[in-house]
Amino acid sequence: MKIVVCIKQVPDTEAEVKWDLQKGTLKRADMDAITNPFDEFALEEALLTKEKYDAEVVALSMGPQKAADVLRNALALTVNEVHHVSDPALEGSDTLATSYVLAKAIEKIGDVDLVLCGKQATDGNTGVVGSEIAARLGYSQLSLVGKIVEIDAANKRIKVERGIEGGIEVVEAKLPAVVSVLKGINEPRLPNLMGIRKAAKVQIPIWDTNEIGAAKEKIGAEGATIKVIELTTPPPRAGGEMLSGEVDEVSNLLVEKLLDLKVIK
Amino acid sequence: MADYKDVWVYVEHKEGAFTPMSYELFGIGQKLAGDLGANLCAFVIGENTDELAKEAGYYGASKVYTVDGPPFKTFRPDAYAKAATSLIDKYKPDVVLCRSTSQGADLSAACAAKLETGLASDAIGLEIDASKAVKVTRAAFGGNFLVGVVNAKTKPQITTVRPKVFAMAQRDASKQAEVVKETVEAAEDDLRTKVLQFMKSEVTVNLVEADIIVSGGRGVGKPEGFKVLRELASTLGAALGASRAAVDSGWIPQEHQVGQTGKTVKPKIYIACGISGAIQHLAGMRTSDCIVAINKDAEAPIFKIASFGVVGDYNQVVPKLIDEFKKRLSR
Repeated sequence: MKIVVCIKQVPDTEAEVKWDLQKGTLKRADMDAITNPFDEFALEEALLTKEKYDAEVVALSMGPQKAADVLRNALALTVNEVHHVSDPALEGSDTLATSYVLAKAIEKIGDVDLVLCGKQATDGNTGVVGSEIAARLGYSQLSLVGKIVEIDAANKRIKVERGIEGGIEVVEAKLPAVVSVLKGINEPRLPNLMGIRKAAKVQIPIWDTNEIGAAKEKIGAEGATIKVIELTTPPPRAGGEMLSGEVDEVSNLLVEKLLDLKVIK
Repeated sequence: MADYKDVWVYVEHKEGAFTPMSYELFGIGQKLAGDLGANLCAFVIGENTDELAKEAGYYGASKVYTVDGPPFKTFRPDAYAKAATSLIDKYKPDVVLCRSTSQGADLSAACAAKLETGLASDAIGLEIDASKAVKVTRAAFGGNFLVGVVNAKTKPQITTVRPKVFAMAQRDASKQAEVVKETVEAAEDDLRTKVLQFMKSEVTVNLVEADIIVSGGRGVGKPEGFKVLRELASTLGAALGASRAAVDSGWIPQEHQVGQTGKTVKPKIYIACGISGAIQHLAGMRTSDCIVAINKDAEAPIFKIASFGVVGDYNQVVPKLIDEFKKRLSR
């Protein structure tokens, strides 16, 4: 069984966000970067699946040169192979263009049974790239997965639990499938020293857009359908009211204020 | 591109039942249609969709497109996307709105990819700009930035809309929609996914849909601390939320987490107990209508955005609130 895990490098959630206002894109090169926290769960799930079902894991990332860091981290965690899709022509891609590029790369990897990705990335927060990849490749689309119940690779079937509104949905699907996993599906491990040392020596090859056969008009700023035209910060919330006094007094006052909103019935 | 007209709204339903929340897009859909000089239409995919189609008319759709049949009994992305793309291909809507729920996101993503059109997800603002394109306002970086985006390139313009942002449309049972029934074949063998079972969660109130949320953070101090918060939540008919710190400490399951790596919520009242207010948490709840902060630390950043702040120990304040609410609400 061959598993591809898609990993994105995102700006550190603690870091200051820097925008290129002209292009409406992020100055990714100028920001501290980390592996998208949601993708850590996808990577761990790939490793757990590999251990359980004897699979091969390929990590895939699209991003600027320094995105190689997230693949190096995946190597340190003993994935079998990594591919870095990087090309200046990709800058400005929206989800449609990104899913096109990743689908092309997955096709090039070939014979893939399972694609794992995180539920969403913490920068764009769209949460749709995994589903778009599935639709493009004609793979089963399994989003919001909180548990992989079983995989029957011989019969090309997978059973998962999806965490959706109000409960858990048990779904059976054909392989290949794209599974986007929820936070908390597992506990991501940390790489050990030997893994880090080994990974440090690996030269990570780059696939440019020619190599994956991506059409120029479908990628980057040219291929993007969704364009950023405005960037603002949300208006600050109006200053609130501090309630003070003894516990009894404050509690009564707060109850009164909240009942006045006529929301609590 | 000129062939594309009308604003379409996707009607969500689950296991044959539909909730009024499914109709919350009809208000904003009507507004956009008005600004475009277009019609508001709805589309329903399911089994026995007649009642749903009628309801869509009551909420203001002038035309309702339906695809009906056993393969569409429960939502699954392959069958529904097949039905939706065939409707969109044939009738060419200018704008398609779905809710940014599990269904809405799955369906819109599959349609966007199959139709090679853009998808703007999780809108918190929608308007028609000078070029008659839909300008979508989204929150990026967990709400610390607002990004205005348009798709001026492809049609339809597909958007998912964050639940609870727009006001519910008025229901008027005297309104009637024209119903257009389409047949889409979906043989079971050709479909890739099958829903085997749905297990209702013990988290009875869904955080995203909840009007009131009681939430606890690091300051709750221990798993048992959530007991009193749970009691307040049940007194108020509220959902129970938590910050990442509380979840990572193992005091409460992850499905309760609100924030950048949890759920984004917009209740009418959000009661934050022992939550300091890290930007990652604020990202998930800062647009709540009324925020109440209860925290021992008077310097906690949560107080800067709170509508009502109480400096105090939740252990003392919350039981008093429970007593007082019970008394006044005669519970």
